[in-house]
Amino acid sequence: MKKSVILSILSVFLITIFLGGCGSKDQTTLNVYNWGDYIDSSVIKQFEKETGIKVNYDTFATNEEMYVKINKGNASYDIAIPSDYMIEKMIKEGLVEKIDFNNIPNYQYIEDRFKNLEFDPTNEYSVPYMWGTLGILYNKKMVDEPVDSWDILWNPKYEKQILMLDSQRDSLAVALKKLNYSMNSTNDAELEAAKNALIEQRPLVLAYVGDEVKDKMIGEEAALAVVWGGDAVTMHRENPDLEYVIPKEGTNLFVDSIVIPSTAKHKAEAEKFIDFLCRTDIAFKNTDYIGYSTPHMEARKQLDPELANSPIAYPEPEDLENAEIFIDLGTYIEQYNRVWTEIKSH
Amino acid sequence: MNKKWISAPYLVWMVIFIVVPLFLVGFYGITVRTDTGFVFSLEPLQRCFEPTYLKVLGRSVLLAAISTVICLILGYPIAMILTSKDFSDKNIYLMLFVIPMWMNFLLRTYAWLTLLEKNGLINVLLQKIGLNPIHILYTNQAVVLGMVYNFLPFMVLPIYSVLKKLDSSLIEAAQDLGANGFQTFIKVIFPLSIPGVVSGITMVFMPAVTTFVISRLLGGGHYYLIGNLIEEQFLSVGNWHFGSALSIFLMIIILISIFITSHYETDKEGSVGLW
Repeated sequence: MKKSVILSILSVFLITIFLGGCGSKDQTTLNVYNWGDYIDSSVIKQFEKETGIKVNYDTFATNEEMYVKINKGNASYDIAIPSDYMIEKMIKEGLVEKIDFNNIPNYQYIEDRFKNLEFDPTNEYSVPYMWGTLGILYNKKMVDEPVDSWDILWNPKYEKQILMLDSQRDSLAVALKKLNYSMNSTNDAELEAAKNALIEQRPLVLAYVGDEVKDKMIGEEAALAVVWGGDAVTMHRENPDLEYVIPKEGTNLFVDSIVIPSTAKHKAEAEKFIDFLCRTDIAFKNTDYIGYSTPHMEARKQLDPELANSPIAYPEPEDLENAEIFIDLGTYIEQYNRVWTEIKSH
Repeated sequence: MNKKWISAPYLVWMVIFIVVPLFLVGFYGITVRTDTGFVFSLEPLQRCFEPTYLKVLGRSVLLAAISTVICLILGYPIAMILTSKDFSDKNIYLMLFVIPMWMNFLLRTYAWLTLLEKNGLINVLLQKIGLNPIHILYTNQAVVLGMVYNFLPFMVLPIYSVLKKLDSSLIEAAQDLGANGFQTFIKVIFPLSIPGVVSGITMVFMPAVTTFVISRLLGGGHYYLIGNLIEEQFLSVGNWHFGSALSIFLMIIILISIFITSHYETDKEGSVGLW
């Protein structure tokens, strides 16, 4: 979160200075809405230089935040990069537009296993950007037993050494999976059990964090944390004592994809931008910077072999056997909201 | 006629940025959205009284009250020191006191995050001199610390400005009539400084009870305060009706507390009885 806040403040500054400086108003501005710290910023500059289209870049920290801003706010974004279940919800509610894939020739490089996924079955609305898993990151120096199950996050031995995600669906997914339920459960009793598990876990948790988990784990402030695989790659690079595991009960497999919101004013430029992101050199740059797993086959080939074959970033298919992709829960999400508030206010 | 014309821009400003938003909050707070549009309903307001949310409100008020009291205990002597005559460098100290406020609030709070960490500066220093490290980050203590640190100037400055204008002949008269230092303070200085104390309390309590940044960063997301709850309703849940209802509820609480404190402000005779 820290980075995204600073980045957004900076970007507002830069844009003001830039606009004030050149004073030209006829230039097209493309409004891009992405996760914090989820692009190599030189890519944006390169796009501006190559096409002459200005990019106005905003960031969000959760899918829900992005949804509220696109649905209720007056902000009109031309590009957004939400995750699977949120795209499903936005398609259902008519908040995203169909993409003309004739304008995205580089789409051919996307691996087939990431096309036509459940959230966009005919793949008309979204272009996969990054994917990854949710798992446990632990510090070898502080955890001496084998880590292979979500249960370790409930082990009193690690009191005040556990970092959880301050994110409703992810934290509930951890609890549901620990109890061997589906993370898309719409069963009241199962959800209640997950709630009680998380309340029981509260005294052991040091903090519920967002992006600052990276600083905390690298600085050895905690022993265990729930993190996304891509972040684990970055953290392992900075502190080799940090190891990442996908628990045996299964995990969340997520796919963040590029969409064009229906309020977009520059559809042609947006498609140009999507195609640009799918260009091999650009996809490589982004993957190399972000550390998440790319669905782009050519970009993956160009990566440092150590990363391209890393079980953290590119887990073997058998590790993903129990993995689930989040699906949109419709109105049942209100129960998740209520349960999460109850956990946090307990 | 002339004067009215001058106030017009201010009036427009007020309508756009105060009256209209307040009206919107009021409107959302007493309606719910159905398929046919907005319908009047007290349901969002009723929901505020559910035990889960009352607990959050209670915690917010308690933490804000503790912070306000600490600010008063720390701030009053500071204000007195700053006004005392034989304190020649007071402008420098006043500057030192105000300069941190020029920095961004978020940055100052982040600074505490790194200071208080397990391997942070404070603990490293403590261990160097042979003391036990402290673990207060991500607890209520850290939240109170953050509130006191950020809001202390709002307590000191109003008290300082009242004390500075205090007529010194009144204090001299008290001393001539045989009052010792303590009696002078209790009977003369403190009662006369009540307006400053009251505005100090209001200016600390209000931001403290509504904060959501301090509790998120220094509290580690452990304990929801009412500010977090409102933020969540608007930013992630998207239930503007309940969020507005909570805001109205909070506004009422603040209004009541202002009413209580301003009662003491005008009641000069009973002002000592405040304590």
